[in-house]
Amino acid sequence: MAMEKTRLGDNSRVTTRELTLNMGPQHPATHGVLRLVLELDGETIVKCTPYVGYLHRGVEKHTEQLNYLQIIPHTDRLDYISSMANNIGYCVAVERLFGIKVPERAQYIRTIVAEVTRILSHLLWLGTHALDIGAMTVFLYCFREREKLQQLLERLCGARLTVSYTRIGGVKKDVDQQWLEDLYAFTEEFPMRIEQYETLIDKNRIWLKRTKGIGVITAEEAINMGLSGPVIRGSGVPYDVRKFMPYCVYDKVKWEVPTGKNGDIYDRYRVRMEEFRQSNSIIRQCIEQIPDGPIMADAPKFVLPPKDAVLTNMEQLIHHFVLITKGPMTAPEGEIYVATEVPKGELGFYIVSDGTGRPYRLRIRPPSFVHISALPRLCEGGLVADVIANIGSIDIVMGECDR
Amino acid sequence: MEPLEIAERLKERFPEEVLDVIEFRGQVSVVVRRERIKEICRYLHDEPGINMNYLSDLCGVDYLGRRGFRFEVVYNLYSLIHRHRIRIKALVPEDDPSIDSVTEIWKGANWHERETYDMFGIVFKGHPDLRRILLPEDWEGFPLRKDYPVTGPEGWEWKGFEEVKRLHEHDREWNIT
Repeated sequence: MAMEKTRLGDNSRVTTRELTLNMGPQHPATHGVLRLVLELDGETIVKCTPYVGYLHRGVEKHTEQLNYLQIIPHTDRLDYISSMANNIGYCVAVERLFGIKVPERAQYIRTIVAEVTRILSHLLWLGTHALDIGAMTVFLYCFREREKLQQLLERLCGARLTVSYTRIGGVKKDVDQQWLEDLYAFTEEFPMRIEQYETLIDKNRIWLKRTKGIGVITAEEAINMGLSGPVIRGSGVPYDVRKFMPYCVYDKVKWEVPTGKNGDIYDRYRVRMEEFRQSNSIIRQCIEQIPDGPIMADAPKFVLPPKDAVLTNMEQLIHHFVLITKGPMTAPEGEIYVATEVPKGELGFYIVSDGTGRPYRLRIRPPSFVHISALPRLCEGGLVADVIANIGSIDIVMGECDR
Repeated sequence: MEPLEIAERLKERFPEEVLDVIEFRGQVSVVVRRERIKEICRYLHDEPGINMNYLSDLCGVDYLGRRGFRFEVVYNLYSLIHRHRIRIKALVPEDDPSIDSVTEIWKGANWHERETYDMFGIVFKGHPDLRRILLPEDWEGFPLRKDYPVTGPEGWEWKGFEEVKRLHEHDREWNIT
């Protein structure tokens, strides 16, 4: 649907037309229900206004009514592509608030699954982004590897998408040796697969023409706008929460933060391709180093006791009963902001606790929301066709943006 | 720099404005008056050695029933240069829920402030484009306020579809044709 306005120029015989174009909310390339209103001069975008909120569910309001344990499934549904990373982000924040120390083995498992999620999310991004720009084969290749990882997640926790795998104080279920071996076998094969994707598009002339020098954002602007994740790293800022404020065991494994130089779509693509390799390497190191031990912290006031203890021990049964029916009765009074690096960028949880078992206020700082706010800056002055490439390159999920 | 040191320097620079410094789990919150929030933010952003160049988050909190100041606007600031963090909390009263916008300092504040307006009804003075963001533009009430019921306002009924009067420029043009 488009509206035309006729305007007389200086020369009364020449007319110019300014076009307002509505894109979305039901558009296959907007990755969800994002609506953009574009004002066009010919094919150049004069103004771009994003409209969000079509997927608003009031998660922040809802969480104020729930206890800390009940919120975990809600975090799955923020960025549903990388629900594992959201679970971890929330649990890390709550553990910092409660002052719980998570056992080493659980930390390693969390790091492994977080990086598996990063690979999953980037695979989906690469497939759909390439599909948007016109390279269809990559999509099929990416989903081949995605399926293998999804099956591994399913074996681990029974779900493919909304996993709810972590618990406050640890993880739900221990990993078995066979699972680790299968994942290790995957990581041996995966670098070769990354090269395959690269041979498909890295030197593809159409791909280069569509991505190089398009949607450029400088480092200063990216910082000022609060961008994070691969988008800010594509502009050459090595900001990664995993390095700047390490959580889990990211300070115990060797890895690097890949950065770009030009801040265009191509550099963001390169950053994510390098992150595949880094994540792969982190998973391998974690599997090699993972120690034995408990997977849940010992803090009976906040953490669910193991099931066999519940069935044999009176005290544990009471703890279990209280935690399940009422949730943690008390929490320390205070407030905390904890950021974690999810595949899309910095996911922050700001929790205000008033001492009861429910958060007084739980604010979610979603990376996609901030990235969409930078979309006008990326699109304005460019062409209509590049809007699609720009949306793809910032890697958004509307479930997280609208909450 | 340690977050407490930043709080000390802020206190020296704005002795009238800083009301309280709270430390919890290694994170420091500085409670300030709202009147000179823009100057405070400008100082934190520009001052060498502090350089809070990254606005991690901006949000509102409603303390219903608290005497004097019902709302707080919370700024979670981070420095990518020095890798330190501080939280500024500006007190906002119920009878005049407004505060100066910091979009001139951090462009990223734009949508966060719109969301805070949308959810709490706090008006950001000097914001370039303050309108609802997540909710429809004809929505009544501010859902994240504590006195807003979780199940929605009582006796609320859907009035059927109505052509919505849009405030924004292109939408106004849109409706003309």
